[in-house]
Amino acid sequence: MSVNTVPAARNTRGQKAAGLAMIGIAIAILVGLAAPHVVYPVFLMKALCFALFASGFNLLLGYVGLLSFGHAAYFGFAAYICGHVVKVWGLPPELGILLGTLTGAALGFVIGGLAIRRQGIYFAMVTLAFAQMIFFLALQAPFTGGEDGIQGIPRGMLFGVISLHNDMTMYYVVFAIFLIGLLFIHRVIHSPFGQTLKAIRENEQRAISLGYDVNRYKLLAFVLSSGIAGLAGSTKALVFQIATLTDVHWHASGEVVLMTLLGGVGTVLGPTVGAFLVTGIQNYFAQVGAWVTIIQGAIFIACVLLFRRGIVGEYLAFMERRRNRNS
Amino acid sequence: MMELIGIPPQVLFGQLLLGLINGAFYAMLSLGLALIFGLLNIINFSHGAQYMMGAFVAWLVLQYAGIGYWAALIISPIVVGLFGVLLERLLIRRLYNLDHLYGLLLTFGLALMIEGFFRQLYGISGQPYAIPAALQGGTNLGFMFLPTYRAWILIASVAVCVATWAIIEKTRLGAYLRAATENPTMVQAFGINVPLLITLTYGFGVALAAFAGVMAAPAYQVSPLMGSNLIIIVFAVVVIGGMGSIMGAVVTGFGLGLLEGLTKVFYPEASSTVIFVVMAIVLLIKPAGLFGKAA
Repeated sequence: MSVNTVPAARNTRGQKAAGLAMIGIAIAILVGLAAPHVVYPVFLMKALCFALFASGFNLLLGYVGLLSFGHAAYFGFAAYICGHVVKVWGLPPELGILLGTLTGAALGFVIGGLAIRRQGIYFAMVTLAFAQMIFFLALQAPFTGGEDGIQGIPRGMLFGVISLHNDMTMYYVVFAIFLIGLLFIHRVIHSPFGQTLKAIRENEQRAISLGYDVNRYKLLAFVLSSGIAGLAGSTKALVFQIATLTDVHWHASGEVVLMTLLGGVGTVLGPTVGAFLVTGIQNYFAQVGAWVTIIQGAIFIACVLLFRRGIVGEYLAFMERRRNRNS
Repeated sequence: MMELIGIPPQVLFGQLLLGLINGAFYAMLSLGLALIFGLLNIINFSHGAQYMMGAFVAWLVLQYAGIGYWAALIISPIVVGLFGVLLERLLIRRLYNLDHLYGLLLTFGLALMIEGFFRQLYGISGQPYAIPAALQGGTNLGFMFLPTYRAWILIASVAVCVATWAIIEKTRLGAYLRAATENPTMVQAFGINVPLLITLTYGFGVALAAFAGVMAAPAYQVSPLMGSNLIIIVFAVVVIGGMGSIMGAVVTGFGLGLLEGLTKVFYPEASSTVIFVVMAIVLLIKPAGLFGKAA
């Protein structure tokens, strides 16, 4: 930001930007509401679930600077829990999602509590180690169905009144969950708590010297992030009526990193953009076989070498540069 | 011979041998990873893919040029090592002044591309690779049967590990390497071409992975997925041993292979997880790993 900007001018510009953002959000919601009439709703639901998952992951990577390399554990295991309680215990879908989310958060509390004591690569490796143990649990535990997973999970009646058997109805529920999740993340980031997280990311030593209990902040962020991953995972289990090993495997952890990196680490909408692109590539290029993996790898490399800020991040940086030139 | 705690000795020693063989591969692969991390500060996620490439090059030269195992043991590491040199020159060197995590992400992308490429060409089913004539058969040791090829894997991997250790700890080149990991600018000032040293180290690490790949070709099958199944375990080995520690990589590699073999005898369900349990415990107690220098 240039120093000689008149505060009043900046203020109006800030308001204008906020107004533009509101319009943008309104358009995005309208697009979201209209989308299933144009695009296959099951694909949209899948993309939304991964978008929520990636947004939760980004809360940790983008705002605290912690790369968790085992986030699939919370996503996938929550799916199992949700599937089990809905199918075997016969609980309604909202309770399934709630229990799945709580499972994700509880796992995050235990694993995060141990992992946040380590830094950088070691943090990534500890989270990976625990995620491998969760994978093992998912493979061996009696209720998960081993290689087959839990199949035929009933979508049921939401709050006992709304039948979710129709893909359209299910889509709007998923869309609502996604919006609530994103709004929650937005709220967290722009709260004093979120500011403290950013301070920890920028300079942890300094945050400590200012008297912040850094580990408590990190742990809370970890729990929120894994809880959101759990929310996304349980929702996905209901949508596809199946919970399998694919979602707990470390490949899924890698994919969520790709989505976040591609869309833009540390931006609110970046992970969503990334998730839509990556699931889109997987969906529409599925018939070309292993080329999907090659394309994903190429995107990874391009992101790291050419645009580390991701699509949304680069766009924001571009707008910022243009604004500075104009003022 | 008596049964040991209700387990027939053939089963016990058989599993221990299998564990030791796995350990030999863990050791060779984590050795290369540790070398690369030590000098380049790059977590080489594509190490598994490069190991797979090693096996595939051996299979390809046999298939299309009739070049057998012994020549492949030399050709394949050179080919794949040169590929590594190319990667370092073109891509990896752009990341040295960035956070470690970018190196991990870039090489993760590379691994996806390499594996996708081979999967596209050869599918996911394994290609058989025959054990060379000189190493077929086996010996009955009385308490167990020892296949010759397995014995060869053990001997060769120990030889490779000792030779690498000797190069790094006992030669002038190794001294330059160790000095460059401590203070590259200073070493550069002494007139040593550090960027070249870095490139060669990466190439050598990759060649080690490819060598392990050729060794693995007759023991397992040559498949595009053989590396991605292994890489996560090898990471755990490097982390447990202490990142960048050569000694740690070798000792932990063999040790964990044995531990895995033992777990297979007594509690088979946990055999694929035991390494990660150890990793979590070690990292929580000794953050720098068993042989690592405290950060």
